[in-house]
Amino acid sequence: MNLPLIGLVRLFTVLVALFVVAPAIVIVVSAFNEPAFMSFPPKAYSPKWFYVALANPDFQRGFANSVWVMLWASTLAVIVGTAFSIAMRRSEFVGKNLLESFILSPLVVPHFTIGLGILMLFVNVHMVQDFAPVVLCHTILVLPFVIRSVYISLHNLDLRLELAASSLGAKPRRVLTSITLPLLLPGIVGGWIFAAILSFNEFTGTVFVVSQSTRTLPVAMYNHVRESTDPAVAAVATLYIAVTMIVILLAFAFLGPGTGLNRDKRS
Amino acid sequence: MANTSAFRSLLLPAGLVALLYATALILVFQYSVREVIPGSLEPGGFTLDNYASLGHPLYLSVFLRTLGMCAATAVIVLLIGYPLAYYMVRARSRFLRSLILLICIMPLFLGDVPRSYAWILMLGANGAVNGALKWVGLIDRPVQMLFTVGGVVVALVHITLPFMTLLLAVGISHIDQLYEKAARSLGANPLRVFLTVTLPLSVPAILAGFMTVFALNFSAYATPIMVGGGKVNMISNVVYQLGIASFNYPFSATLSLISLVAVLAVVGLVGRASRKIGQRYAE
Repeated sequence: MNLPLIGLVRLFTVLVALFVVAPAIVIVVSAFNEPAFMSFPPKAYSPKWFYVALANPDFQRGFANSVWVMLWASTLAVIVGTAFSIAMRRSEFVGKNLLESFILSPLVVPHFTIGLGILMLFVNVHMVQDFAPVVLCHTILVLPFVIRSVYISLHNLDLRLELAASSLGAKPRRVLTSITLPLLLPGIVGGWIFAAILSFNEFTGTVFVVSQSTRTLPVAMYNHVRESTDPAVAAVATLYIAVTMIVILLAFAFLGPGTGLNRDKRS
Repeated sequence: MANTSAFRSLLLPAGLVALLYATALILVFQYSVREVIPGSLEPGGFTLDNYASLGHPLYLSVFLRTLGMCAATAVIVLLIGYPLAYYMVRARSRFLRSLILLICIMPLFLGDVPRSYAWILMLGANGAVNGALKWVGLIDRPVQMLFTVGGVVVALVHITLPFMTLLLAVGISHIDQLYEKAARSLGANPLRVFLTVTLPLSVPAILAGFMTVFALNFSAYATPIMVGGGKVNMISNVVYQLGIASFNYPFSATLSLISLVAVLAVVGLVGRASRKIGQRYAE
């Protein structure tokens, strides 16, 4: 590439980076805004909104609910998704492609359609106050991401290792538990983490299936923004950003930034 | 594989989830062809009136606005995301590649509620953008950005940019650079190499990105209602108002179902285009 073009691309990247990062910076600054209404830049700084947010019973309950739903939905999705992925790779049956498309369809089906359908499902059995509709909704929505993650691991799995195990007399179950599953672990763990993050943040489907008692943190934050102008939500979002940064830095430190993107680089 | 039936039992959990998911979708369809009884959660008898009501200008305009906003956002995200993805894959400096990757991944972890809230703080009359413009001296009175279609689209662009960039980056990283080298060695200038080799080879990734971003934005709920403040409602907001706030299950079901059909139609069309292009390159 010639030099002016590189300069242009650099400028563009800086501008986009600014666009991406600016809202996060504004949130963090606003969280330390002293008055109960926002103005930018803040006239006085104070950490009081962090105490207010942490003491808010709606946020506390929302956080507990979110963690509960996240653990259930991501774990269920991992079990269902891993079993499904292995079955898809290892067996043939009628309607295989149809089932696969259907299970992966929440990637494009509007989340509010799914949320509304699940609400109707549980209205009919009088279980709308329960966590079950929220967990089911999240499981359906995050399942495709788990499956994609496990698929990639399955794709990289050397079939000969399984054949070697069975030729040495291992029963299919033994091959599965001592060869296949351990080798799929990176994909399974990756899918589980991704599913957990998505579930923790899910809003569009969730807003249809939660009741007063099962409200998740995003729903509690949304309600707070609707009712009040104070920056308590900015404080929660700042904590979010802090935790996220720590998680990403840990992930980068342990797994490295290579996500397969830089794999086939040739200069 | 010798023991294929043993693996088939592993389908059972997914089969159960698929069954519940299918039942939920069937219920949406079933409610959409039932009569609305005001003040009652129970729907009435069979009717097609709900589908006739879709032609009402109010719903038609929300529907068209949603489609327009999703398409516009997808195009803008593509225009910003492509150079970013290209740079992320092809930049010489490892630091820059990692930095762009980090910039793309970080917002993914923040849900749409905190991010939409951030855009309220950005675009409000006392917000960061107006503050900055005033400080620079470009304006004396705040510009109305909150509660406008433009404001919502900017926020949607921000939220979906990471998805597009990552999908495009995967696509671009799979392009064999030998083709580009060959074109260069035959005397093509960098722009020509890009336009005749790199860009055409990334069309499948572009279509996949467009499809994903379009579908994601169609599901947007928090952004239009928070940044749009009820003035820029998208279809999801209307479905919620009708179904949850007014207990009109049948009509909200009809709107949801039509949304499903619309998204599948767009995704199907783009998918077909993508396969056709794939075939052309295979020949």
